Amino acid sequence: MLDVTSLLESIKAEPYTEMPVRAPHTGVINFAGVREGDRVMGPCGEWKEVPGTRIATITREHNPKPVAAFDKGVIQVLNLEMEGHFVEAGTEIAVLRHYLSRDEVVRIILRKSLQLFCAPERAKYYFVPDVDKKVKISGSRSVTVQDGMELFIVSRMKREVPLIYHGAEGVIYEVYFKQNENVDAGSPLIGVCPPDQIAQIEDVIARVQMDWTEAE
Amino acid sequence: MEWDKQLQQLSERLSYMRDIFPEKHVEDMSLLGLQLDELRQGIARGTVKDPREGIESLENLFFFIECKLEDKLTPMDKVRIVRHPQRVCLRDILENVYDNYTEIGGQDEHTNDPAMLIARAYITRRRGKKVYNQSVMVIGHEKGHGEEFRNGGSAKPWGNAKAQHYMQVAETEGIPIHAYVFTPGGDPVEDYPGAAQQIARNIYEMAGLEVPVVAIFSEGGSGGAEAISLADKRLMFSHGYYSVISPEGAAAIEGRLKRGERSSSELIERCAADLHLTADDNVRFGYIDRVIQEPVLGARPYHFEFFRSIRQEVIRATDEVVLSVRGPASLRAMALRGLRDREINLDDMYVRWNLSKKARLRLVEKRQKHFLRLSEGTYFSGRSWWKRVTDEWSAKCSEMYNKLKHDLYLSKRRSVSNALEEANAELDILKYRLTAPWRRMRSAFNRTPKPLATEEELTALSEWDRTQERGDWTWVSPKAHEDRAVTCPNSALHGCMDLWAPDLYNEFAGVCTTCGHHFPMEYQWLMFNCFDDGSMSEFNEEVQAGNPLAFPGMDERLATAREKTGLRCACITFEARVEGTQAVVAVLAGAFRGGSVGAAEGAKFVAAAERARRKRFPFIVYCHGTAGIRIQEGTHGVIQMPRCTVAVRRYVEAGGLYLVIYDTNSYGGPVASFLGCAHYQFAIRSSNIGFAGPGVIKNTTGRDIPPDYHNCYQALARGHIQGVWDRRDVRTNLKQALLTMGGRNLYYR
Repeated sequence: MLDVTSLLESIKAEPYTEMPVRAPHTGVINFAGVREGDRVMGPCGEWKEVPGTRIATITREHNPKPVAAFDKGVIQVLNLEMEGHFVEAGTEIAVLRHYLSRDEVVRIILRKSLQLFCAPERAKYYFVPDVDKKVKISGSRSVTVQDGMELFIVSRMKREVPLIYHGAEGVIYEVYFKQNENVDAGSPLIGVCPPDQIAQIEDVIARVQMDWTEAE
Repeated sequence: MEWDKQLQQLSERLSYMRDIFPEKHVEDMSLLGLQLDELRQGIARGTVKDPREGIESLENLFFFIECKLEDKLTPMDKVRIVRHPQRVCLRDILENVYDNYTEIGGQDEHTNDPAMLIARAYITRRRGKKVYNQSVMVIGHEKGHGEEFRNGGSAKPWGNAKAQHYMQVAETEGIPIHAYVFTPGGDPVEDYPGAAQQIARNIYEMAGLEVPVVAIFSEGGSGGAEAISLADKRLMFSHGYYSVISPEGAAAIEGRLKRGERSSSELIERCAADLHLTADDNVRFGYIDRVIQEPVLGARPYHFEFFRSIRQEVIRATDEVVLSVRGPASLRAMALRGLRDREINLDDMYVRWNLSKKARLRLVEKRQKHFLRLSEGTYFSGRSWWKRVTDEWSAKCSEMYNKLKHDLYLSKRRSVSNALEEANAELDILKYRLTAPWRRMRSAFNRTPKPLATEEELTALSEWDRTQERGDWTWVSPKAHEDRAVTCPNSALHGCMDLWAPDLYNEFAGVCTTCGHHFPMEYQWLMFNCFDDGSMSEFNEEVQAGNPLAFPGMDERLATAREKTGLRCACITFEARVEGTQAVVAVLAGAFRGGSVGAAEGAKFVAAAERARRKRFPFIVYCHGTAGIRIQEGTHGVIQMPRCTVAVRRYVEAGGLYLVIYDTNSYGGPVASFLGCAHYQFAIRSSNIGFAGPGVIKNTTGRDIPPDYHNCYQALARGHIQGVWDRRDVRTNLKQALLTMGGRNLYYR
């Protein structure tokens, strides 16, 4: 059984993820005036139409191509010694430290502590009528699922087939799909929590919501 | 309590003045404020012996200062007057100018677009004891009486569609249209039917409306105003404005401001003055026929005398329009011409407003010719008087020759050849029937095998057609000479590989080999690769863009553009052939001032449409790119919208095939008029088409728009354009379009 409290403690010890920024292609690199410790922004705007902060420019065959930050964070390492040099594709040019937000921490905890049931194919998914009614009236956490239970209706090309739940017994803690929207194959549909862990998870999440201080 | 109402009115007058003159005439404002406070306190304390006298003398002081400030009004002050919430609205006019009315385009917010108000109204006139109720269709923008849902008078596309519908109703019923323009501009939303597309449809519709149309301007903001203002008579309130762009918008462009930045009030004032947007300016230019004088510092709903002026002027204008096309000049027409002041009460003079069929045709012809004549002399024609005379005569001779050739000779020949074809077809059937027994007998005795050549033709592989091969282009972009790689903007999405510029801009014709993205190319690429080699002959090349408003710095900018591009204006007109089919072509080159359209471009476009009509050729417009109307030309630019649309309508109604091809980015007035009104519009892939660009939409409405909002496929999905073409197939597709869209009645046939 997963120890949720120790998981939270381990996240607290390192409340960030470090992501290497690699050269997307070969070329001569010129850094864009950023320094180690600088804050950078990821793509923003309603449609992510505004690119992130430029970290460097790699010129290949007289074609200067920007390398932008893909998430917000702080530049932890910047390999300035490469300035003006030719780099191979995949060379690490910087390390971006992204501090976890409250929602991201909750998501990590849930992903690790819940048992995910994923979509077998790209289709629209619905709960079977009985479960759907229960979810709408009392919320998803009122539904307990067991292995072999007929839980979903898979709707694809106007053809509807039932989908059987396979996995451990528990309550539906999270629902990851929306009605009338296609879910890709492999994406989680629900997160199931064993009954004995519910209290512990809820406690940890409440702590995160109250105590977590976002670094940015 | 007795004097409170009058004091309150004075207080409102003072706050109105403060709004109109922000941080200006401070001494006058403080004097009035001081006097008003003193009088109010005096009345409250009872120290003023005669409050009536005190209020009267203060009212006189107010009037004196208002008159003084009236003489000092700047164009920007007039813009503020027009925008003020106390300004008269269309509902006030309906209440006070017409004798009765019924709103028919919805009520208040219960309509598809509350900014566009439609009403059936009537004006009662008397002749002796007889009373006449003369019906009119009132169409206009409403800003007030529910400001929260009126969208500031900016009509959405469906509001303009509603206006178009009721224009057609008025035409069916044969009643005049009174169009009241109270809009800062059209709403740039691109949902169906699309802002630009609908404004273009409205202008096209009005260019041929067979009923009198009178437009009255208070706030005439560019395309939104043009959607309902192509009229036989255009009147304007003396404190109104009619402009291609708001002073703030012009200041943002002149000051080269980035998104979110605000321009200084001095720059805005200067731009308002430079745009020449007042009523007097527009009367001088000839775009407005008459000014309706307003009370000092602008009309407000309590100026009842002003409503009487409007009533008299709209009646006069409608009478004049009707009498001018009804036939021989009547005494009433002479009376209207002779008596310009209030010597005549038009309520007591009756003129029937319905027109005979012939008079309706004369009305349309007169309106169209009036618009075609506008803005002449606002550009450098570049032709000597001798060339002008010879051109005119050659056009007349050509017209006569073509009339003789097409209307007399070819039409008669066609009739004869049609009759012969019919007779031959009948003969063929007769022959077939008569020889049937002989053929049956021959086939029974003589069963010959299929010739070898036919069999081989059916079974062998076909020959490689070299003419279909791509990549051998007549004109190659200078960008192909650069030794560099180019990244496709879709590379993150589709994983497109970098392309070497000499390949991309030469063999690939600027098309990404992975995703098909079309990189922008020069206007010459399509010109020289689409039309037959050596078939192009340019005309009117000497016409040159000018600076009719003497806009500061514009002469230098035009000189730079001329030097950079080698063009005299953004429009290039020529005759050319597409696989043997002769056509008149107009190109809007994005390289010259962003392809913006001013008086010179409009003149060339009108001349090209006229030439295509005269010569019975298809008329093709290649819009390489346009940023809209050239704002530095003010109303000289914006008038090209109705003017060129009239030229297009005349051409299309004469039987021509008008076809528009968009490339790169096409926005603004041209798309919302003479380009957007085409029945056949196509776009080169990766082009953008719309009413206002993303920056303008953000600045005017505050809305963010998705990155692909103006993409050609969106325009295709909402029915603005009829197809998206690959650049490499334009020549083939154009030929195909000429073959399939050109019916038997089209000239080019």
